[in-house]
Amino acid sequence: MSIALDSAPSALGEALRSAGHGLLGVLRQPVLLLAWIVVVVALGWAVAPGFFTSVSPYEGDPAQSFAPPSAEHLFGTDRLGRDLFSRSIHGAGTTLSATLLAVLLALGVGTVVGLVAGAVGGVADTIIMRVVDVLLSIPSLLLAMVIVAVLGYSTDNIALAVGISSIAAFARVMRSEVIGVIRTDYVKAARGSGTRGAAVVLRHVVPNALGPVLALAALEVGSAILAVASLGFLGYGAPPPEPEWGLLVAEGRDFLATHPWISILPGIALALVVIATHRISTSFRKDHRR
Amino acid sequence: MLRYLALKVGRALFVVWAAFTVTFVLLFVLPADPVDLLFDPAELNTIPEHVREQVAASYGFDQPVIVQYLDRLGHAAVGDFGTSAQSGRDVVQAIGAVLPSSLLLAVGSLLLAIVAAFGIALAATVTRLRWLRDLLEALPTASVSVPVFMVGILLLQLFSFQLGWFPSFGDSGPLSIVLPLVALAIPVSGPIAQLLVRSFADEFGSGYVTTSWAKGATRSRIIVGDVLRNASLPALTIAGVTFGNLIAGAVITETVFARAGIGRLTQNAISTLDIPLVQGIVVFVAASFAVINLAVDLVYPLLDPRLRASIQRPVARQPRGALA
Repeated sequence: MSIALDSAPSALGEALRSAGHGLLGVLRQPVLLLAWIVVVVALGWAVAPGFFTSVSPYEGDPAQSFAPPSAEHLFGTDRLGRDLFSRSIHGAGTTLSATLLAVLLALGVGTVVGLVAGAVGGVADTIIMRVVDVLLSIPSLLLAMVIVAVLGYSTDNIALAVGISSIAAFARVMRSEVIGVIRTDYVKAARGSGTRGAAVVLRHVVPNALGPVLALAALEVGSAILAVASLGFLGYGAPPPEPEWGLLVAEGRDFLATHPWISILPGIALALVVIATHRISTSFRKDHRR
Repeated sequence: MLRYLALKVGRALFVVWAAFTVTFVLLFVLPADPVDLLFDPAELNTIPEHVREQVAASYGFDQPVIVQYLDRLGHAAVGDFGTSAQSGRDVVQAIGAVLPSSLLLAVGSLLLAIVAAFGIALAATVTRLRWLRDLLEALPTASVSVPVFMVGILLLQLFSFQLGWFPSFGDSGPLSIVLPLVALAIPVSGPIAQLLVRSFADEFGSGYVTTSWAKGATRSRIIVGDVLRNASLPALTIAGVTFGNLIAGAVITETVFARAGIGRLTQNAISTLDIPLVQGIVVFVAASFAVINLAVDLVYPLLDPRLRASIQRPVARQPRGALA
C-alpha cells in the first residue's frame, strides 16, 4: 500500500488526501458517537416510553386519521388516528426485549455447547458439530418461521425462535476458540502443574475464548433485531393492536401509495437502530483485534 | 481424491437426512397433537371426534412415532413428501410449479449482487482517496442493516408510486421483476462485497504485487491482471451464506411485491401450518444448500492450485451472514 502511495506523489492527490484525513478526523468518531446516541435513545424508548411521549399508543382520534407528519404528530397518524411516534416509542420495548432475549439465549446455549464440543472433543465433538452443520444448512429465518409456527404466534416465541436459530453460529465460534486456547502454553502449564481439568477450563479456557464470542453477540444484536422485525412484519408476532416495529411497517403497507409515512417512518427508525448497532459492533471487533 | 469425494458426498447426504429428521421432530413429534395444527384454531372445538380420527388416520398420526417416521422417510427418499394439507396438491409438484419464478428472481438478484459487490471492491481498491474508500467500505454494512422489507417498501414508494416507472405488485410483464430484483440484490450483495473488499486489500499488499510494481507494472494493470483474479476466488467460500440470504430475502421480497415463488409458498405454508408442504420446502432448501456446498468443495481445488496440493484440508467456510 505504501508503494502505491509513494509512486504517485501529485499535488492534487496530496491535497485531497490531507483534506480527506481532516474530514475523517472529525467524522470517524462522531459517527460512532451518533451510533451510541441512537442506541441509547432506542433503549430509553424501550425502558421508559412514558418519559418520551405522553400520547397513548392505542387510543386514536378518528377525526385525525391519516394526518401527515407535523409538530403535533412527529411521525403522523394511522388509519385510526393513532399517533405513530408514540406507537414507535412503545414498540421499541417489544422489539428490543425480544432481541435481547434471543441474543442471550443463543449466546448462553451456544457458548456452553461450543465449550463442551471443544473441551471434551471426541464423539461429543463430532455429534455436536454435525448437528450444528445441519442447523446452519437451514436459513435462520426459515428455521425461525417453522419454530414460531409450531410454538404459536407471539413475541416471546419469536424471541425463542430467533435465539434457537442462531445457537449454531455461536457454538461454532466458541468451539474453534476453545480448541485454539487449549493448545496454548499457559493452558499446558496449568495442566502440567496439576490443576484439575474443570478448573483449567473455567479459569483459563473460558475467559480467553469468550472475546470473539462476545464480539459475535454484538454483531448478532443487529441481525436479531432484523429477524424479530421481519417475523413481526410477516405477522408471526404480537397481535395487531400491539405496537411492534415490524408490525407497524406491515400495517402501513396497504396505504403506501397514499399515506407513505405510516410504513416508512417507523421503518426508518428501525433501520437506524440496526445500522447503529452494526457500527458499534464493528468498533468492538476492531478493539478486540488489537 | 476419491476418498475426498466420498467424504463430501456423504456429508451432503447426511445434512439432507438430518434436515428431514429435524423437521419431522419439530412438526410431527413436538406438537402435543399434530392434528390440531391442521385445523383453524377458531374451529378446533367444533370438529367432531370421528373427523379428527379420520384425519389422524389419513396422515398416519394414529401409528407409533417410529413407524410414521420410517414411513415418511421411505417415501421422501423416492421424492414423495405427501400432499399439501391446504390445497391437496402433491408437495413436490407445488414446489416445482413456483420454482421457475423464484429461480429467475434469485439468479437475477445474484448476478446483480455480484456485479455490485465487485464494483464496490474494485472502486475501493482503485481509489486513492481515503474518505471515498471508507465510504465504499461502509456500504456493505449499511446494505445488510436495512431490513429487506424496508428496502422493498422504499423502492415501491419511490419508483412505483412517486415516479410510476414500474408496476407495484404481481408478476405481469418483464418490468414487474425489476424492483424485486433490486430489493433482493441489496442485502445479498452486502456479505459478498465485505469479503471482496477485505480480500482485495489483502492481495494488494502481498508479495507478488510488490514484484509487479518492481517490474514496472501500472496500478490498473496490477489490479486487473494480478489482484482481481486471486482476490475473487474466496467469494466462493460464502456461496452457502449467499444462498441462505437469497432464500430468506425471497420470503420477504415475494411477500412485499406479491410475487409467486418459493418464498411466498413458504410464507403461506407456514401461516396455514401446512405441515407436509413445510417439511418438503425445508428439506428442499437444505438439499439445495448441501448441493451448493458440495459443488464449491469440489470445484474450489480445481480453481485454486494452492489447494490442489493439500486436498485433505477442507475449504474454510465463513460463519453465517448477518442477514435476518
